[in-house]
Amino acid sequence: MTKLKDFTKGCRYGLPIALGYLPVSFSFGMIAVANGISPIAAIIISMTNLTSAGQFAGINIIAAAGGTIEMAVTQLVINLRYMLMSLSLSQKIEKMSIIKRLVTAFGITDEVFAVASTVPFKVTFPFISGLIAIPYIGWSLGTILGAYINNLLPKSLADAMGITLYAMFIAIIIPTARQDKKVLYVLLIAVAISCIIYFLLPVISSGWAVIIATVISSAVGATFFPHKEEN
Amino acid sequence: MKVYVLIFVMAAVTYIIRALPITVFQKEIKSKWLKSFLYYVPYTVLGAMTFPAIFFSTGSILTACFGLFGAVVVAYFNKGLMVAAVISVVTVYISSFLV
Repeated sequence: MTKLKDFTKGCRYGLPIALGYLPVSFSFGMIAVANGISPIAAIIISMTNLTSAGQFAGINIIAAAGGTIEMAVTQLVINLRYMLMSLSLSQKIEKMSIIKRLVTAFGITDEVFAVASTVPFKVTFPFISGLIAIPYIGWSLGTILGAYINNLLPKSLADAMGITLYAMFIAIIIPTARQDKKVLYVLLIAVAISCIIYFLLPVISSGWAVIIATVISSAVGATFFPHKEEN
Repeated sequence: MKVYVLIFVMAAVTYIIRALPITVFQKEIKSKWLKSFLYYVPYTVLGAMTFPAIFFSTGSILTACFGLFGAVVVAYFNKGLMVAAVISVVTVYISSFLV
């Protein structure tokens, strides 16, 4: 019974993520088809990858008939941040079997991680299953719609929806940064590094920029503002 | 056919990255430094992904600034992810007719 309750709770937490995914996966489906990828292939990509930046980079490589090495390295660099998230989540989840961990691993996206790592309770397998299932449906459904019904949305609205996921990230980080000044300082360091790289070192790809900014700022935080645990 | 080979490579690399740490580190990490480091990761990674990318997410830096402002106000009053997302998109949409 608590399992079912945990699962529904996870679904509830997952719903806003799924809604945020719809416009992004919709535009993914649209762009993939516009790049000459079949709707079926686009849907398979979404259902097996479940990652925004990696998929957009992936269709560019497919469209340019790139090689498998290029694809592997690009995905590695863009998605390396999931390694940090996966490591961080390994400390946040309850004791669970390898199989359950392997299932959980598939659904580690930026947004699922953001929610799972900041909820004020230990993450159980039923909870994270719900938290992954609903966004997975949203991500797949959006891709299907985008791949088959192009140009359904007026361009101005589609453009406006580009901000959805960032708005959600802001809604996650600001409340904690208000309560914990150390988080605020470390966060500002991360933002500063990310902006410096973007504007002054454009040779560094955005995937690397995120990794570098995350590692340096979190290391500064751990060294100068060690976090005291409440329990 | 080559498309599906590339898709397989994409999916495999992405999955291995996600699966390795969570299956390897089953025990609680004891190091205080590493624990602090991991405590900060969610916030720093989201911060680094949001800035400066958010400014280029709508096709116009100006409308993105309006959207950012909307999201920050909602987040400041802790109204949740969904409200922040909707207010932000609506702000961008409306401001796109004004600029």
